[in-house]
Amino acid sequence: MKSWQYLQFWQLPLSWRKPHGRLSQVMLFLTLLTLVVTIAALTYGDYPVSWLDVVKSLLMLPTVDPESPWVVHTLRLPRVLLGWLVGIALGVSGTILQGLTRNSLADPGIVGVNAGAGLAAVSLIILFPNAQLALPLAAFGGGLGVAVLLYLLAGTQGNSPLRLILTGVALSAITSAFTTLLLTFGRINQVTQALVWLVGSVSGKSWEHVWPLLPWIVVLIPLAMLRSRSLNALQLGSDVARGLGSRVERERSGLLLMSVALASAAVATAGTIGFVGLISPHVGRRLVSSDHESLIPVAALIGGLLVICSDLIGRSVFSPTEIPCGIMTAVLGAPYFLFLLHWSQKK
Amino acid sequence: MTQGLKNQQRLSPFSCLGIGVLLLLACLFASLAYGAKNIPLSNIFTAFTTFDDSYDHLIILTMRLPRSLIAIMVGASLAVAGGLMQGLTRNPLASPGILGINAGAALAVVIVVFGLNSSSLPLHALVAFVGAAIAAATVYLLGSRSAGGPTPLNLTIAGAAVSAMLASLTTGTMIVSQRTLEEVRFWLAGSLAGRDINLFLTVLPFMVVGLVSAFALGQQINTLSLGEDVAVGLGQKTGFVKIATALTVVILAGSSVALAGPIGFIGLMIPHVTRFIVGLDYRWVLPISAVLGATLLLLADLASRWILRPQELPVGIMTALLGGPFFLYLIRWRIKR
Repeated sequence: MKSWQYLQFWQLPLSWRKPHGRLSQVMLFLTLLTLVVTIAALTYGDYPVSWLDVVKSLLMLPTVDPESPWVVHTLRLPRVLLGWLVGIALGVSGTILQGLTRNSLADPGIVGVNAGAGLAAVSLIILFPNAQLALPLAAFGGGLGVAVLLYLLAGTQGNSPLRLILTGVALSAITSAFTTLLLTFGRINQVTQALVWLVGSVSGKSWEHVWPLLPWIVVLIPLAMLRSRSLNALQLGSDVARGLGSRVERERSGLLLMSVALASAAVATAGTIGFVGLISPHVGRRLVSSDHESLIPVAALIGGLLVICSDLIGRSVFSPTEIPCGIMTAVLGAPYFLFLLHWSQKK
Repeated sequence: MTQGLKNQQRLSPFSCLGIGVLLLLACLFASLAYGAKNIPLSNIFTAFTTFDDSYDHLIILTMRLPRSLIAIMVGASLAVAGGLMQGLTRNPLASPGILGINAGAALAVVIVVFGLNSSSLPLHALVAFVGAAIAAATVYLLGSRSAGGPTPLNLTIAGAAVSAMLASLTTGTMIVSQRTLEEVRFWLAGSLAGRDINLFLTVLPFMVVGLVSAFALGQQINTLSLGEDVAVGLGQKTGFVKIATALTVVILAGSSVALAGPIGFIGLMIPHVTRFIVGLDYRWVLPISAVLGATLLLLADLASRWILRPQELPVGIMTALLGGPFFLYLIRWRIKR
């Protein structure tokens, strides 16, 4: 029987079997915060809905205003849910990549996913403005394509993740050069549209956008958590990991594939939302520890929370103008992170 | 970082420098000779020896020579700044952009174009330099105020966070105002077109000072790259070295971005290429990086003028398109499985 076909209790991630300590406090706090922000996001909008009605329509109870359930379920809930899922995917993808490359600057952009998806989407928007329906598919294909090219060029063998990192950077630079070319010479209206896609936005998303994303999250996130131990081992360096009995090459390819799939799925749905994948693991490390068994779920929750907060604030500060949430992720996330960086010395 | 590099194939650093300089001179000649109008080599020599007011000579002395000199200085500065950053942070992904320099310059220019409704290259240059300096100072302050002081990790992640935030604000402004986007997008891709020689002469002293101080710092970077504790143990004043390095990077990369706009890839790639060739001794890495960086930017500029002539492409695009494949090839060759 292969080892992955059965699971021992001790193989389950720490976060699944140890319901006490700092980790569960942090998880509980993040979950509550996510719920509060979700309700706030469902309450806020052009059509006034009271928060009581929001809670009631979520629980399928009769509401005061008969329009509320429709507004909440059809207009607002899919957008919030989608943002949350995208944030989770990016947060986990970034965590895996930072662990895998042992580089604190790694994020989904490092494997060329963002650049590839960006080039595909921007070409479609600028060269074929009438083919918008194919946008998610093109972005997914572009992201995956560059990632596969990276895998073929760099491989995952060897002792040093340096080769992977540098190949990723070079491929991204070449791909983005073409994107810049399109942005510099394209027609200005389409360039603006392309820019909005490039920063990433969850505006105007409905259930039909949520369903294709959901399976990726449901399958890959638990899988990533199950592999968190080998990520811990890999972080000690390939030689130590090999000594600890990890099949380094296979683990590395598997983890890389997971992070690429998560990032591609997220980018295909919402555009290249930056910063979430970079910063969620760092915040997570400061809140709990750098043990991936607890880091992955925490980084996932932080990523989700960051995206829905950004979207809520992005559509409320300058309303009725909407700021794409990809802009707000960095504008909100960076100060918070810098504050955290500063504060963690005071402990 | 040395893992897997093959030692026996390295040339001696001195001959590398020599070959680099020869390559640079060859590219300089090509850059003078080719463009929208091709000029025979004999005319290039006579333009310097016996100048007559012929059209060819005017093109060479008033347009192509200044532009080539700018490309050389900007390329050298970016590559050296990148080498310093990678030495300082010990992170192979570090580049001058990590101190927030490019992002700060871009945001400053976008704000000025958006707010003042004016756009002239000298103004862009000044504003870009100021923006770059402010961003870098912010990153350094934030990085050194966090737990453990200005450690490489603190500097890099503070820099990444600040850069991401500034870049978001830049994009946000461009999405809101299409006029700003229209005016700034060519500058943002990085270009050497139409740069004024007087502007270059103003910036030149800064760049020279930056390069000299960078070369002087080479030995200190060698020590620092052994790790902070070792460096302190060897008697280095690490705080001073870090600040001096950061200042040098700001001067070099700041004046580059002021002259040519944000050009990203050179600062990241060239130091790696140099280390592949000569090893890890920064006393050699920095000068050879300067020569190679200058060569790459000169070639990229030539290509950007030549491919769609008389149209011009932004040079920032060509650096990635020319340098990228070469870099990929080197990575495959030099970093063994």
